[in-house]
Amino acid sequence: MERDDVIEYSLNTHHNDEQGKKIRKKIWFVTALLTTITAVEVALGAFIKQGSDIWPMVKWSFIVMTLVKAGYIVLIFMHLGDEKKSLRNIILIPYFLFVLYLIFISLWEALAINDALQQNAF
Amino acid sequence: MAGHSAHVDASTLWGGKESPFQTSYGKLMMWFFLVSDALTFGGLLIAYGFTRHDAQEAWPIGEETFNSMPFLGHGYPLLYVALMTFILIVSSVTMVLGVEAGHRMDKKGVVKWMIATIIGGFFFVGSQAWEWYHFIHGSEFGKIELADGSQAIVKGHFGDLQNFTVVTPGHHLKKGDVVTEDLLHEFQHAAEIGNLKDGMIKLHDGSVAKVNKSADDHMKLIIKKNGKQNKVGSHIEGKKAEEMYYASLYSGAPNKVIYGANLQQNEYGPQQYGQFFFFITGFHGFHVFSGVMINIIIMIGVVLGTYHKRGHYEMVEKTGLYWHFVDLVWVFVFTFFYLV
Repeated sequence: MERDDVIEYSLNTHHNDEQGKKIRKKIWFVTALLTTITAVEVALGAFIKQGSDIWPMVKWSFIVMTLVKAGYIVLIFMHLGDEKKSLRNIILIPYFLFVLYLIFISLWEALAINDALQQNAF
Repeated sequence: MAGHSAHVDASTLWGGKESPFQTSYGKLMMWFFLVSDALTFGGLLIAYGFTRHDAQEAWPIGEETFNSMPFLGHGYPLLYVALMTFILIVSSVTMVLGVEAGHRMDKKGVVKWMIATIIGGFFFVGSQAWEWYHFIHGSEFGKIELADGSQAIVKGHFGDLQNFTVVTPGHHLKKGDVVTEDLLHEFQHAAEIGNLKDGMIKLHDGSVAKVNKSADDHMKLIIKKNGKQNKVGSHIEGKKAEEMYYASLYSGAPNKVIYGANLQQNEYGPQQYGQFFFFITGFHGFHVFSGVMINIIIMIGVVLGTYHKRGHYEMVEKTGLYWHFVDLVWVFVFTFFYLV
């Protein structure tokens, strides 16, 4: 049968038993890390009340921890870290640029609308 | 294309010596699909963020809404969703181990790890069903509209309903009969349509009964909608909270209380909160479900030896990419819907 993909590239990711052992070790390390981060997040969420003095710090730490988790999933589990740099960049950079911009405009707008509603309430 | 390219060397098809990303067509297209899907989820979560910042304090806090565990009841904030997150992370791990086995052409290993992944996926979908069930049915207290027009969600321990003693007979029940079955359901239904008045409940057959109920503990009202006196974000506790709650509940007027959630209203906060919950977790759950189905199809291919004959297990890698993506989305849903 005619093949329309380039089979050579599909074989690039093959490895032997010894390399496999190393890779599995890395996978278990990432597993432990993701589980620990999730446990820390839940503990912080359960014990620190929203609106307390340190809440803003906790909130930002949630966002940082989420990005760390996402980074490990994308780069290790999805093997994007092992792909060519150009592929990595073309996937990540446009996405981040667009999403950061979208977050910025929508949150800015939401706060402005909230301000306007508050002033009208009185 | 097939007819003409029979004699053409694969590497010349690109017009150069090699593919710019040194990746197969299939994997590249999977990445493109994932980027566009990520934009969809990004858009949904950002829309959620927009509405939430718009509503400020009226928006419910994750730990207020999600604090039940199967078999254990209430009072376990975020624990259940943490368990769901853990299940999904573990199924992601088994998937990546399956991909790794594929890279060594270890057919048995691929089958083993893919079965584990599929089981994990079913567990997650099942957990989500349980959570939806709980979200839709809501708490015993519901959300109450107080006398001044403000709305409050209610926290605390709901005293058990013991029975209803019939005072005025109806079509079926006689005076002095004691109703002991389906109490909470009857009680909530009566509350919604305004059949509760001054400690009495009007039952289905027209009879009126006295409600015998144990006292509530630690009741707390959290205002979620402004009224004439109560403002959003303020808390009312103890005796005063109980008086205000039952004054409304036993007022005999309909639509004073909302239990659970549907697309029009919910007991947790603004209308959009329920809609976002259903849409975002539903859309994600649909992805998980399709992921499980795709995994099953690919696993059948593995068992039949399709990929072994092909010389590589890249199909497993591609379905793995999709599966990890589903996990990735959940990491963000977990943070922005439940934690923050």
